[in-house]
Amino acid sequence: MYKYLLCWRYLRARWIALASVVSVTLGVATMIVVNAVMSGFQHEMHMRLKGILGDVIIEARSFDGLPDPDAHLEQIRRQVGQELASATVSVHVPAMLSFQVAGRWITRPVTLIGIDPATCAQTCRFAEYLQHPANRRRVSFRLHEGGYFVRDPEGGPKAGLRRGMELAGWPWRRYRARQQLLAPTPEPEPGDQSSQPQKQLQDGRDLKPVEISAMQLATWGTSAQVALQVYETLLEQLSYEVVESRITEEGGLELLVGPRQEAAAASPEDPFAAAAPQQSDFDPAREQHTGCILGMAIASIRRSDGSEDFLLLPGDDVKLTLPTAGTPPKAVTETFTVVDFYFSKMSEYDSNFVFVPIDKLQQLRGMIDPQSGVRFVSSIQLKLKDPARAQWVRDRLRQVFPARFYVVQTWRDRQGPLLAAVQMETAILNVLLFLIIAVAGFGILAIFFMIVVEKTRDIGILKALGAHSTGILGAFLGYGMALGAVGAGVGLALGLLLVWKLNQVADALGQLTGHRVFDPAIYYFYEIPTRVEPATVAWIVLGALAIAVLASVWPACRAARLRVVETLRYE
Amino acid sequence: MKHPEKQPLLKAQNLHKAYRRGAHRVEVLQGASLCVHPGEFVAVMGQSGSGKSTLLHLLGTLDVPDKGEIYFQGHRVDGLNSRARDRLRNQSIGLVFQFYHLLPELTLLENVLCPLMIRYGYWAYRWRRRQLEQRARELLAQLGLDHRLHHRPQELSGGELQRGAIARALVTEPQLLLADEPTGNLDAQTGQEILRLLSCLHRQQGLTIVMVTHDPQVAAVADRVLQLAQGVLNPLDQKVLWRAAG
Ligand SMILES: Nc1ncnc2c1ncn2[C@@H]1O[C@H](COP(=O)(O)OP(=O)(O)O)[C@@H](O)[C@H]1O
Ligand SMILES: [Mg+2]
Repeated sequence: MYKYLLCWRYLRARWIALASVVSVTLGVATMIVVNAVMSGFQHEMHMRLKGILGDVIIEARSFDGLPDPDAHLEQIRRQVGQELASATVSVHVPAMLSFQVAGRWITRPVTLIGIDPATCAQTCRFAEYLQHPANRRRVSFRLHEGGYFVRDPEGGPKAGLRRGMELAGWPWRRYRARQQLLAPTPEPEPGDQSSQPQKQLQDGRDLKPVEISAMQLATWGTSAQVALQVYETLLEQLSYEVVESRITEEGGLELLVGPRQEAAAASPEDPFAAAAPQQSDFDPAREQHTGCILGMAIASIRRSDGSEDFLLLPGDDVKLTLPTAGTPPKAVTETFTVVDFYFSKMSEYDSNFVFVPIDKLQQLRGMIDPQSGVRFVSSIQLKLKDPARAQWVRDRLRQVFPARFYVVQTWRDRQGPLLAAVQMETAILNVLLFLIIAVAGFGILAIFFMIVVEKTRDIGILKALGAHSTGILGAFLGYGMALGAVGAGVGLALGLLLVWKLNQVADALGQLTGHRVFDPAIYYFYEIPTRVEPATVAWIVLGALAIAVLASVWPACRAARLRVVETLRYE
Repeated sequence: MKHPEKQPLLKAQNLHKAYRRGAHRVEVLQGASLCVHPGEFVAVMGQSGSGKSTLLHLLGTLDVPDKGEIYFQGHRVDGLNSRARDRLRNQSIGLVFQFYHLLPELTLLENVLCPLMIRYGYWAYRWRRRQLEQRARELLAQLGLDHRLHHRPQELSGGELQRGAIARALVTEPQLLLADEPTGNLDAQTGQEILRLLSCLHRQQGLTIVMVTHDPQVAAVADRVLQLAQGVLNPLDQKVLWRAAG
């Protein structure tokens, strides 16, 4: 009994000992905040990384895709039908997007994705990233009259203004048609307009660098070599050629492109002339081409106050140059009308993806067998009733779809390297932070020794009154535990409070230092995402308690072993 | 012998104790023997440094002799293991020290209850709490400290502290009270008060007391006085004592 009373009294009487747990408090608080932020980021990352992927993805190893998706789906249903919530098919292909800004053509590499609007929205998080409310309810490739989101609806009160977005839709298209800006003035130029010529060849041709990241290649399911071949075809169509190419260590592709030699010599003729539809009766003010949904970062320029300006708005026309199926691939160009933006806040996706209806894409690429009418797709995406069963479903499907022809993956397999990187980061950070608490443990150790020395006489008295060594040990361990509990408890409260008010704190810090802690232009967040995971918090608190107890073991043992008589002899 | 028919409460035979100080040994006790019967008040007198405290610690099982035997109620106690000695000390022996030795973080009442808290576990103590507290309060009231129950040691005078220490020693209702210079740190008048209290306890409740002191005047209160010199105990003539006390 005396142990508890003594622990309690020591705790109340010795403020100095509480000083030793300040470090525990700070350690616990920091760990909670950092973990909440990391976890928040990770959660956002996961959501964004998952993006347009289903729970399980089946792809063909061949660049031409897999034939007859209905037959495949039938087989999938037979195998894992009870787990399946929905399924959709898609076609992924590298392409070149060209559009006009202020009379100049901008051409950039994109990933063209053919989707089935009806099933895609059910299977993956696609619709929720669209920027027109009607499209979120039901995906459509028709241009809307207006009503596009003028601010990011998920951005909260701090979401920046999207300048010009209020005009988007038919009014913009009519305006552009009146200004005759929709008629193509062909003078496409590869690369970004902002990127300056890096090099000049001896014959005076300007060269532009084009970079295709490994991740982008992964979304097409192609190797860098195949992608290079495809690009050469596409660029040829646009009267350009690849002057230099390099495969980066990460597996990405770096190209240096310039005008084709013979084209540079001759005056450039309209590269779109052949492909441009004969549109004598086409009225751009009242009609649209096939719709396409652009990744928003392709069209927008983001300012650091969070507002955005647009190079393109829904209602504008763009040209897409894409390789046909078959070997060797040929390039075709087609005009599309931008009908919406895709904004997942995953910049890799937002700056690369262009979505078009799958039928149109299959038709353009010649992915429909003329005799049988069998269609080809690049991938089949499955959504499961229970996402946790993804691995089981994957393994089951791998048995049916041989690895020679198919790649069956969960979305986590697909994004594995990135997820692993984030996890690694979190782990390292946690080890470092836990070391802080361990350092705090040494503080406790030192102060505990002090207390034992100071309490030597009291320990002697207790023993003289009949207390056993184990009792003394228990009292001091209990004291350590109590100190740890106070430290960890206050740390827990402080940490949770900080997490709760983190954005206010970040703002205040920003104002104090005049430097923004968190720039929405970089992160695509308006607020720092946080996520408190009870299990993590429990581990942190338990760890801190354990360290406090461990740090008091040694001094407590010493206290227990003290010889009584020596302590009692003198005042 | 005063009570030849009764078994002695405490018997020590031929106790030896030496301390090692650097290279040479300090022989403190060299064959000290004593026998205390129930109800006796024995004083051990000796000069400072003669080994009185050492003797008392051995008798109180706080330390073990190098040689010799100690019997408590006929049972040998010097060979017991530490847990058994702790229990014996907690249940049968009360200790009073020169420097009171109350715990500074606890109130007077809690200090007095401390041996009982040590005796009982958490739940056992809670179960008996009212009864035990009642006992402690009565004891403190008896010693005139009922207005000081919730004071910390640093708020009390020396006399009050020593009376508190005596209450703490008696709250377990021990058979034997060992007092190490209980007046050593008090002024003459308060010292007298404490001595009066001890002899009063001895006379009225038949408490067995062994007290060590260097002061003949203090020793004179006891029934029987032993002299500790050259590491052995010898009976002291009352006359010599009276003369020494003046
Ligand atoms: N732990 C110890 N180590 C060495 N010498 C000690 C120790 N304890 C006591 N002594 C010595 O033993 C002798 C007796 O001490 P003590 O019993 O305290 O005497 P008293 O109480 O009669 O004054 C003293 O000379 C003292 O210095
Ligand atoms: Mg002494």
